[in-house]
Amino acid sequence: MTVPPWGAMARLVARRALLAVPVLLVVTFGVFAIAAASPFDPVKAYAGTAALGADQETLDRLRENLGVDRPFAERWWEWLTSAAGGDFGQSSVMRQPVAEVIGERLVWSALLCAVAFAVAVLLGTVLGVLAARRPGSPLDRAVTSLAYALEAAPVFWIALLAIWLFALKLDVLPAGGLTDTGSEHVTAGQLLSHLVLPAGVLAVSQLPWFTLYVRQGVGDALAEDPVRGARARGLSERTVLLGHALRSGLLPVLTLIGSRVPELITGALLVESVFSWPGIAAATVEAATAVDFPLLAALTTLATAAVLAGNLLADLLYGLTDPRVKLSEM
Amino acid sequence: MADTTVEKTNATGAAGAAWRGHGAARRSTHTLRLRVSAALVAVTALAVLLVPPLVQLDQQAVDLSAKLLPPGWSHPFGTDDVGRDLLLRCVYGLRVSLLVGVVAALTATVIGTAVGATAGALGGWVDRAVMRLVDTVSSVPHLLLGIFIVAMFRPGVWPVVVSVALTHWLSTARIVRAEVLSLRSRPYIDAAVSGGASRWRVAVRHLLPGVLPQAGLAAVLMIPHAMWHESALSFLGLGLPTHTASLGTLIQGARGSLLAGQWWPTLFPGLFLIIPTLAIAGLAGVWRERINPRRRSELML
Repeated sequence: MTVPPWGAMARLVARRALLAVPVLLVVTFGVFAIAAASPFDPVKAYAGTAALGADQETLDRLRENLGVDRPFAERWWEWLTSAAGGDFGQSSVMRQPVAEVIGERLVWSALLCAVAFAVAVLLGTVLGVLAARRPGSPLDRAVTSLAYALEAAPVFWIALLAIWLFALKLDVLPAGGLTDTGSEHVTAGQLLSHLVLPAGVLAVSQLPWFTLYVRQGVGDALAEDPVRGARARGLSERTVLLGHALRSGLLPVLTLIGSRVPELITGALLVESVFSWPGIAAATVEAATAVDFPLLAALTTLATAAVLAGNLLADLLYGLTDPRVKLSEM
Repeated sequence: MADTTVEKTNATGAAGAAWRGHGAARRSTHTLRLRVSAALVAVTALAVLLVPPLVQLDQQAVDLSAKLLPPGWSHPFGTDDVGRDLLLRCVYGLRVSLLVGVVAALTATVIGTAVGATAGALGGWVDRAVMRLVDTVSSVPHLLLGIFIVAMFRPGVWPVVVSVALTHWLSTARIVRAEVLSLRSRPYIDAAVSGGASRWRVAVRHLLPGVLPQAGLAAVLMIPHAMWHESALSFLGLGLPTHTASLGTLIQGARGSLLAGQWWPTLFPGLFLIIPTLAIAGLAGVWRERINPRRRSELML
């Protein structure tokens, strides 16, 4: 393998970072515009039940203090300038600065997503290759129909059934949370046993898509000339399948890995709320039910940044693995 | 390859099947798939349309003597934690979910077709600006944007429809724009332009009919997506209110009894979501082969 083209990669990253700035500006502006159009009153949310008994003067003063009487473009700009300095405001539902909420929870979400994604990619590749080896075989049909059925199944439903089976019927895994009830510290063993079920369900929800694409890619590659040539040279079936068909069949899958980030976030949102996993996604749902605008705005921005980073990662991977593609042209 | 020969083997009949045995096998699964999907969609539509007028369900009525009965003869799907028949509730829930799905998918398709056709027909900087906007909106995860919109406009039927429609028009806009761009270079468009047709007339009379099959396909495929989104929002407690229970609300409501070991209130609403999805995907796959026989039917969802 040749040395990776660090310079070209750095230039691509820099270019994408520049392009991300207007996207994030538009997204945050849109978020503030939606909030301004909503019938929801931030003053009442801030004051809670106390707003019912308060007189108009107090409410007006509160309104002035919170700055919600100003046009939303002005508030957007103010939020943006303080966000650039790392201050995303105060979360009303968590009673904590938003940056702190995100910082505490990011690591758990990242752990869950990374494990699930790795499992989905590995298992999806294996199943896809097995299915593509003999198209139309019972194994292929079983894998394909299972993949379609899983793709159609809502992930929260799978999660609930998994809890029922593994935590209630078989009683082998805990039903949710990060640690056992009553324990103060997070230990590696407990974390592992609590991670299996959420990560497994999230992996299963991402699995069908990988399996079907790998099956398609490898199946196509098996019909192409390089594979025929390799067979004609008398290479073993294993070498042909893994060395030739899988290598070229995985290329299109690789580009799409990065574009799966939105689906991963969506899946994590549902899985985390079912398993009460203390991650970012669960915080999103809490923030949404309590209409905690600063937290929601920060989370939307963060998710958008994650999606953009995923796209960049996909392009980088593609540029590295496919010598026909030049990084400087992306 | 085998799928593309289906039309041909149909035309040449048994002779065609004789020289291509593999094709015949594929054809039989193909027609089987079509028939099963069509039958399932028909059953779903009939159930949703006929059952509610025939069997009234009072969403508030409780019968605690019959609570949490396992599936049996009098209640094929069992009963829920306040003794309501689950089969009936699932049909009602499917009706709500399907209604929201269809309305949202239609709205999204209309928005997407309008935006995509405008971008494709006008071209130039309008096209570039619109597609940049589409890219920007699509970099926000759908469910997150949906949650944000619903949270800001309090849960209810219309915020859910709006949030699903606003997050799903992007793919349609892309498909329609690509189709318009490819149609624009056809000779009959040149003929219409040199015949003195206005821009509006070319767009509405010549371009729009050409993209309608693709847009229709996108709309049909979007219905399961929209249903999925609606049930995910309802499941998170941000969707429909409990008196208009959708499938997601049913699953959410069954969480308590699931933890007590009763699986049926959770299992059946989920199945009601999967089966129409697969049936619609099967039908859409056949439709896609028909409007574009050269392309292999690959991923249906």
